[in-house]
Amino acid sequence: MVLTVEAIAFFKEVSVIDFLTDTQWTPLFSEKHFGILPLLVGTFLTTFIAIMVAFPIGMGTAIYLSEYAPTSFRKTIKPLLELLAAVPTVVYGFFALMVVTPFLQKIIPSISGFNALSAGIVMGIMIFPFISSMSEDALHAVPKSLREAAYGMGSTRLQTVFKVTIPSASSGITASIILAVSRAIGETMIVTIAAGQMPGLTLNPLEPVQTITAYIVQVSSGDVPFGSLEHSTIFAAGISLFALTFILNSISFWINKKYQQQYE
Amino acid sequence: MNNATTNRIKDNLLKYFGIVCTLSGLIVLAIFIIDILIDGVQRIDWEFMVSLPSRFPEKAGVLTAWTGTLWILFLTAIIAIPLGIAAGIYLEEYSKKGRLANLLEINIANLAGVPSIIYGILGLEIFVRRMNFGGSLLAGSFTLALLILPVIIVATREAVKAVPKTIKEASFALGATKWQTISRQVLPASASSIITGIILALSRAVGETAPLIVIGALAYVPFVAKTPMDEFTVLPMQIFNWVSRPQHGFIINAAAAIIVLLCFVFVMNGLAVYLRNRGQKKIQ
Repeated sequence: MVLTVEAIAFFKEVSVIDFLTDTQWTPLFSEKHFGILPLLVGTFLTTFIAIMVAFPIGMGTAIYLSEYAPTSFRKTIKPLLELLAAVPTVVYGFFALMVVTPFLQKIIPSISGFNALSAGIVMGIMIFPFISSMSEDALHAVPKSLREAAYGMGSTRLQTVFKVTIPSASSGITASIILAVSRAIGETMIVTIAAGQMPGLTLNPLEPVQTITAYIVQVSSGDVPFGSLEHSTIFAAGISLFALTFILNSISFWINKKYQQQYE
Repeated sequence: MNNATTNRIKDNLLKYFGIVCTLSGLIVLAIFIIDILIDGVQRIDWEFMVSLPSRFPEKAGVLTAWTGTLWILFLTAIIAIPLGIAAGIYLEEYSKKGRLANLLEINIANLAGVPSIIYGILGLEIFVRRMNFGGSLLAGSFTLALLILPVIIVATREAVKAVPKTIKEASFALGATKWQTISRQVLPASASSIITGIILALSRAVGETAPLIVIGALAYVPFVAKTPMDEFTVLPMQIFNWVSRPQHGFIINAAAAIIVLLCFVFVMNGLAVYLRNRGQKKIQ
C-alpha cells in the first residue's frame, strides 16, 4: 500500500520509539517533537465520550424498537433514524460549535470554546443510529421460541430482554459497538471544527484536544510543502489510524461471522 | 406491593426509557434543523445561489460550490457505478467460492469501514501526485469513487443474492447463456435495490469533506468549473471554510449553505427509501 511506503520514509527520519513514546506532538513548530500520544489521547477521549452518549441511547432505541414498539411505529421511525446517519458530518460539526458548545458554556462557564466534550456528545448523536440499527437486527434475529419460552415461564418483557434476548444477541451487539467505536475514531469533521487544534496530553474533556484525523486536516489545509518531513507526518498519522480501525473492523466482522454460524 | 407489580412497573419503566431514547435522536435532529433554518433561511435567495464566493459575507454566494457538487456527483457516478456493479456481479455469479473469495469478501467489508480521511491520503498520493491530476475535479471524483466503491459492491451483491434461484434456473432451462441470464433476468429483477444502494452511496459522497480537504480542494474558487481538470470546491468545503471564520456574517452563510446541502442529501435519501419500499412491494 502507498501509505506504508510513505510512512517508512517518515520512520527513517524519526525513530518508531520516539513516535510511540514522546509526549509532545509539535511537528509544525521549530522545535519538533513527533510523539503520537497526545493525538491518540485526544482521539480516545472524544471516542469515549461519544460511546458513553451513543451506547445507552442506541441500546434503548434498539430494545424498544425490537421488543416493544408496534410495527407501524417501527416502519416510520427507521427511515428517520437512517436520515440521522445520512446528515453530512460537516453539518454535525457546525451543530457542535454553534449549538452544543454555547449550551454547555451556560452550564459549565469554565469550558473553553473548543472542547472535547461538545465534539464527543455530537459524535455520539451521529453514531447512535449505527448501534441502534445493528443491535436491533441482532435482537430481531433471536429465535422467537426462546422469547416465548421465557414468557411461558411468566417473565415480563423486561426480564425476557435482559435475561434471554440480550445474552443471545450479545455477539451482534458487541460487533455493533466495536464498529461504532471505529466510526468514532475515524470521524474527522466534527472534531476538526469543534474540538480545536491543540494537541495536549489531557484527559480533561473541557479543554481543547486534537485527534489524529483533525491533525491530518490541519496539515493538508495549511501551506506545508509536499515532500517535507512535516508533510510526511500525515502518512505516519494516517497509517496509525488505519491500523486502529482495521483491527477494530476485523474483530467486529469476525464476531459477526461466528455468531451467524450459531443459529444456522 | 408484591413482586409481580414491581416487575410490571419495571417493565413499563424500560418501555418509557426506550421511547425516550428513540425520540431523543429525532428531537435532536428537529432542534438542529429548526436552528439551522432560523439562522439560514433569511440568507437564501436567488442572489445567494448565483453569487461567487467573496470576502464580504453579504456578497458571498454558493454558485461555485453547488456546481462543484453537481460535477463531483456526476463524475463520481460514472466512475464508480460501472465498476461497482461489475465487481458485485462477478463476485456473486462468476467467482469460485473458496479461500480467495472469502478473503476478498472480508477485505471489501473492511474497506467499507476505513475512515474517509484515509481515502483522502490515498487519493493525494495516487491521483494528485503519481497521476498528476492536481487538485482537480477528476482527482476528487476518483478519490470519492474509491470511497463509495465498496458500498456499491456490497449493495449489488446483496441485491443479486436476493433474486430467487427459480428465475435463474428457468432462464438456464430455456437455453440462455450465463450472460443472457444475468443481463435479462438477474439485473432487471435486482435493479431497484441496486439503485437504492447507489443513491445512498452517492449521497454519502456528496456530504464528504475530509478526503477532499486532504487532496487539496480549495475553499475559494472564483469561477465555475468547466472541464474535469479545473480546480473546484464543493458545498461541504464551503461550509467548513465559512464555519472556521470568525465574522458572524459567514456563520449565517454557513447555515444557509447547510440548508442547500441538506436539500441535496435528504432528496437523495428520500428517493432511495421510496425506491426500496416500491421494490419490497413488488417482491411481495
